[in-house]
Amino acid sequence: MPEKLQQLVDTFQMFDPADRTGMLLSYADQFKDVPPSIATRPFAKSHLIPHCESDAYAWAQKMPDGTLKLYFAVENPSGVSAKALATILDKTLSGLPASEVATITPDIVEKIFRQNISMGKGMGLMSMVDAVRTLAKAASE
Amino acid sequence: MATPIEQRGYAHPDALVSTDWVEQHLNDPSVRVIESNEDTLLYSSGHVPGSVHVDWTSDLNDQLRRDYITRDGFEALMSRIGATKDTTVVFYGDKNNWWACYAFWVFQLLGHTKAKVMDGGRIKWQKENRPLSRDVPSYPRTEYKATDRNDAPHRAYRDDVMAHLKKQGQLVDVRSPEEYAGTRMHMPDYPNEGALRGGHIPTAKSVPWARAINADDGTFKTAEELKKLYCEDNKLSPAKETIAYCRIGERSSHTWFALKYLLGFENVRNYDGSWTEWGNMVNVPIEK
Repeated sequence: MPEKLQQLVDTFQMFDPADRTGMLLSYADQFKDVPPSIATRPFAKSHLIPHCESDAYAWAQKMPDGTLKLYFAVENPSGVSAKALATILDKTLSGLPASEVATITPDIVEKIFRQNISMGKGMGLMSMVDAVRTLAKAASE
Repeated sequence: MATPIEQRGYAHPDALVSTDWVEQHLNDPSVRVIESNEDTLLYSSGHVPGSVHVDWTSDLNDQLRRDYITRDGFEALMSRIGATKDTTVVFYGDKNNWWACYAFWVFQLLGHTKAKVMDGGRIKWQKENRPLSRDVPSYPRTEYKATDRNDAPHRAYRDDVMAHLKKQGQLVDVRSPEEYAGTRMHMPDYPNEGALRGGHIPTAKSVPWARAINADDGTFKTAEELKKLYCEDNKLSPAKETIAYCRIGERSSHTWFALKYLLGFENVRNYDGSWTEWGNMVNVPIEK
């Protein structure tokens, strides 16, 4: 797992439930919508993250130096968890080589969200990780 | 724009209130607004100002057995949120009010009948750009005295369903068509939480819960539209005993609410054991 993401997962593991909730909300508050230079609404369905009830989209831009920059959109106003995970993925993975981003696995979702994961949300969040991994694999080929 | 609630022809329109009504009663001491969600982060991310959080797993469920809180547990909950027997509780939440209706239903088991549901739920409130707050309110603690829990009028156990089946009673399966047909063992996009067999209880009519709401804003359809859906298209009679079920009883709480309060079904119960019980029982009848 990329080092910054591993550090963040380790930090989440140390938190009690209240602090974890606060930290997730803090990340959700920092969410930045995909800029118009990358995509405009209505977004192409090819970027829609499957199974995500928050109607989330993901993009990856390959930079000249081979690193990736991730972008997301979350259309459901109740998509707090999707916004939190999108911000976490952007902050810990953007700027890394695509091949390194492609090593992420969906099990980080359970480690980060713990008791804040709900029945319907877990599948969508893991699907977001899978979507990023797929974009990274495509960019690294 | 949704038709005003009082003009929709409901049997018991007082059970449903609009987002306007809730905003007008934010400072009404006789009203306690309660948010109940599937997503445990949502209340903390911002809620109707002054509303309290009641979580279906930690607040309403027994923490050991598959059952709901007892009279003692309910008294503790209501005292904590500063409610009295005279408090009108108004539920709202995510997923088009699945969990709000579920909480409303549990409150009926425990005898608090001064209860309403906010039409359209959390998403409607948000889309209308109404105020949200992260301040968690604190209300003076009360000494709530509950009556004994009485499940019988509202809740069906598996033996009740068996007896109902023998009497050829009305059953409504509110799950997705794929779950009803047995081609899927769980909700679309949800994990498989373990039913060993797929299908539905024999004779159950398939009426997915979401057909009771308007897709654009999550509000309930008018009585005329609901009558067409349940009574005309699916031949369900408001005068006959009816049992609704889904997977664990949350989606069917939504349908139970629509049948009982909006259409006036006289005897409707929610089978909360639902498919996670029926689909695992040995030698019970199943149809596909």
